[in-house]
Amino acid sequence: MGLIEAIILSVLAASTPLLLAATGELVTERSGVLNLGVEGMMIVGAACGFGGAWLSGSIIVGALCGMVAGILMSLIFALMALGLAVNQVATGLALTILGIGLSGLIGAGFVGERITPAPHLHIPGLSDIPLAGRILFGEDGFVYLSIALVVGVWWFLYRTRAGLILRACGDNHVSAHALGYPVLRIRLYAVMFGGACAGLAGAYLPLAYTPFFIPGMTAGRGWIALALTVFASWRPARLVVGAYLFGAVTILQLHAQGAGIGIPSQFMSSLPYLATIIVLVLLSRARTGGSTAPAALGTVFVPDR
Amino acid sequence: MQLVLEKRAERSATIALISPLIAIGLTIATLCIVFAVLGKNPIAALAVYFIDPLTDGYSLQEIAVKATPLVMIAIGLSLCYLANAWNIGAEGQFLIGAVAGSWLAVKTQGTDAGHWVLPAMLVLGAAAGALYALIPAICKVRFGASEILTSLMLVYVADLLLDYLVRGPWRDPQGFNFPTTAEFDPVATVPTLIEGGRLHLGSIIALFVVAAGAVLLGRTIKGFEIRVVGAAPRAARFGGFNANQLVLLTFAISGALAGLAGIIEVAGPVGHLQPGISPGYGFTAIIVAFLGRLNPIGILIAGLFLALTFIGGEQAQIAMKIPLDVTKVFQGILLFYVLACDSLILYRFRLISSSPKVQSGAH
Amino acid sequence: MKRTLFAAAAILLAGCINSGAWAADKLKVGFIYLGPVGDLGWTYQHELARQALVKELGDKIETTFLENVPEGPDAERAIEQLVRAGNKLIFTTSFGYMDPTLKVAKKYPNVHFEHCSGYKRDKNMSTYSARWYQGRYIQGLIAAKMSKAGVLGYIGSFPIPEVVSGINATMLGAQTINPNIKVKIIWVNSWFDPGKEADAAKALLDQGADMIMQHTDSPAAMQVSSERGKLAFGQDSEMIKFGPKAQLTSILDTWAPYYIERVKAELAGTWKSEDTWGGLESKMFEMAPYTNMPDDVKKMAEDTQAAIASGKLHPFKCPVVTQDGKDVECKGGDHLEDTQILGMNFYVKGIDDKLPGK
Repeated sequence: MGLIEAIILSVLAASTPLLLAATGELVTERSGVLNLGVEGMMIVGAACGFGGAWLSGSIIVGALCGMVAGILMSLIFALMALGLAVNQVATGLALTILGIGLSGLIGAGFVGERITPAPHLHIPGLSDIPLAGRILFGEDGFVYLSIALVVGVWWFLYRTRAGLILRACGDNHVSAHALGYPVLRIRLYAVMFGGACAGLAGAYLPLAYTPFFIPGMTAGRGWIALALTVFASWRPARLVVGAYLFGAVTILQLHAQGAGIGIPSQFMSSLPYLATIIVLVLLSRARTGGSTAPAALGTVFVPDR
Repeated sequence: MQLVLEKRAERSATIALISPLIAIGLTIATLCIVFAVLGKNPIAALAVYFIDPLTDGYSLQEIAVKATPLVMIAIGLSLCYLANAWNIGAEGQFLIGAVAGSWLAVKTQGTDAGHWVLPAMLVLGAAAGALYALIPAICKVRFGASEILTSLMLVYVADLLLDYLVRGPWRDPQGFNFPTTAEFDPVATVPTLIEGGRLHLGSIIALFVVAAGAVLLGRTIKGFEIRVVGAAPRAARFGGFNANQLVLLTFAISGALAGLAGIIEVAGPVGHLQPGISPGYGFTAIIVAFLGRLNPIGILIAGLFLALTFIGGEQAQIAMKIPLDVTKVFQGILLFYVLACDSLILYRFRLISSSPKVQSGAH
Repeated sequence: MKRTLFAAAAILLAGCINSGAWAADKLKVGFIYLGPVGDLGWTYQHELARQALVKELGDKIETTFLENVPEGPDAERAIEQLVRAGNKLIFTTSFGYMDPTLKVAKKYPNVHFEHCSGYKRDKNMSTYSARWYQGRYIQGLIAAKMSKAGVLGYIGSFPIPEVVSGINATMLGAQTINPNIKVKIIWVNSWFDPGKEADAAKALLDQGADMIMQHTDSPAAMQVSSERGKLAFGQDSEMIKFGPKAQLTSILDTWAPYYIERVKAELAGTWKSEDTWGGLESKMFEMAPYTNMPDDVKKMAEDTQAAIASGKLHPFKCPVVTQDGKDVECKGGDHLEDTQILGMNFYVKGIDDKLPGK
């Protein structure tokens, strides 16, 4: 296995949880809701996903448990932010605190256990093609699922009527409501989709990445996913670029160290964050006429009667 | 039948008063269930959380020490949020303030510098925090880059910078290479107020900050501008207020306060610069700001209350072996209830029969 | 209904008061933990030792712990809370608790403190740590024997002396077998981030290392090595579960004997402030069983372990040469002095990398 191929494979795996969580958050935000609780939903998804897989012996059951846990967490958020019109920033942060606590309580039962990680695909013939074979056909299923998910989301947002309505809710909920669309219900579905994705992203960590559960194992990836959504200026295609770019910088700085390039590791570690800021500034600069953020993002909506 | 929210014509003053009480009542009820499920005595557990820390001078001091940075940062953040500027990166500004102030402490170490050192450190900390906060503010005003993202990213950068400094250039020469500066000299240390206790001058400064915040928002034109820009941006434009200028101003103030809190924490309770000086103060302060309804007095109360739950959580671990995770769950639940009850100030519940879609032409 | 509730509450309260009185005459021993008790590494090993302590002396003592205590301004309060709850002997189990422990110790001269891995002491504050570098020397020998590529991958947490002396001891051990052995070092700037540790392990293997050594706390690197069919060494705890075919050995933190000894001393009234830096000779740490290696390598490892334990072999025996070719002053007779190891801030010859912060 060549070095380049190996690096690409590591980047694919490292980017997958980011991509999954960020895709969910993108849909949520496109509907006009800012859910900062991604980290909380992810870590509960990780605990429940591992628990499910450990008890059932099935990775798929584990992944489903993670998604259900993420949805349940997102419903708490929806109840607060949509049902009671509470400030979304505060609710999201509270959700993260709650999630960290809950995951510790849930996970206490199976700390120290291990499972067999999700298998890497192997399609005879295809997976054996040099270079491209392993990358295109030889990683674990979640990697390809995450890409399929982004494509699906792109198609939904830009090619379906429902997607158009969802974007309308995010851009101007008053008009969407006036046109007779159930703004709150649409947002509820979007928030639940975000929860399912975050739960799955969390579950990916103990199911495929490092097959055991440890409290706090998401280690801030939920926050990165949030950042990626903004970085991608709420566009699925840019999200893919952003997630892989972030994964690549993370992995490459490890490789640079291993190769003995003597730059302080703190500087290398800060590169992804600085790069994100610079790219964001450049992107914002290149755009004329304001931001592409959903116009109603983060604002509460209470239908008039 | 359907339960819907309906906007009240005006804020309900009654509910504004009783909503925190309802929230606390609901939290206590939920907690009792959680404790019972865990097999702990609910009454004793509640006493450990809420009553015991209030009954002795030591715990009261500790509550004040813990609340000091939270309140100071949250006051600054509330200004930002009122003006619709989303500073999520107070944690980074806190760290940069700590780093900048510590620079002077490290440079004057062992020299017989006079009592000007500590005030100069505080000024440096505040200035550095303000400058660091201006980075996302300028990126927003000048380039339209989202301040939520840039301010959050800068948290990680500040953390790594601090890490680099204490492991490299500023490392204590006598410290066996461990990642910390030497203990600061007495002239570079925030004095304590009570012999043998940890209550320090910073708590007094925090009270001044609360008072200043209240005056700024309630009694000055700038405060009025901040509130109008946030609440009614269009009206503010007609009024000729410069929204960009206010973004820069509120970011600078909140950065300065976070930086000040950072250097006070380092020169006070910690006594030297090291990695991990902040157990997430900058993020917790966001919650404090909202719990306090972005009101200075409210923030003071919210900060003290949240500090109480931290102290109570530790005492519950010691006295009743209640895991720390329960404290986190409890904090989360408490926040949810407080936020939910506060929503009743602006809205009321109405039960309506399922009606066909409302086709309102205009709004 | 009201009455039953009231009665129930009264019973619960009475139960609470009773249990309090029952425990009053036992010695209270407190612990401050850095991580969650379930971290599978550093804190987990301290927690296992606490449980062993309770098993051994449970009828005479009562233990309490505070977990997830950050090494910042909260530490001093957490320690003082334990003092105020009546604990008479308190173990603070991370380097960052050094200054907070010292401050509280000065304030409460009648309470005894035990601080793990620091260097500041007082009349009522001891320190304790383990000579893990001895174990790393043995690992270096095994690694050099088992590595086909002659390239070792080393995952570092932070470049503090404990970790740097571990890397040096590994290389000195390995060089006795293969003078041309190479090491690739990646710092992940965290004690605990399973995902990043796994990424680092992958990067090292991809760059041609065929052996992973780690100074971070999670079993992630072991698991990656196992998946790739490569060999690895564990850290802190037994990690063979995560790499049944990969783990060669692991350095096990075994604090239990020390904790039991110190608590016994406290019970007997003979506790005094000490500086304990124990190694293989006093079982301050142990090596996990040597697995996945041929018998001759296993025998060599066991012989080396015995030689170090008996004091015949010192991993830092002179001359120790730095990476730029200078001899290190030999302050301890025929080996480096303890303070030189405790403050180690250089790489030995043969490490082709730059020590961060230099």
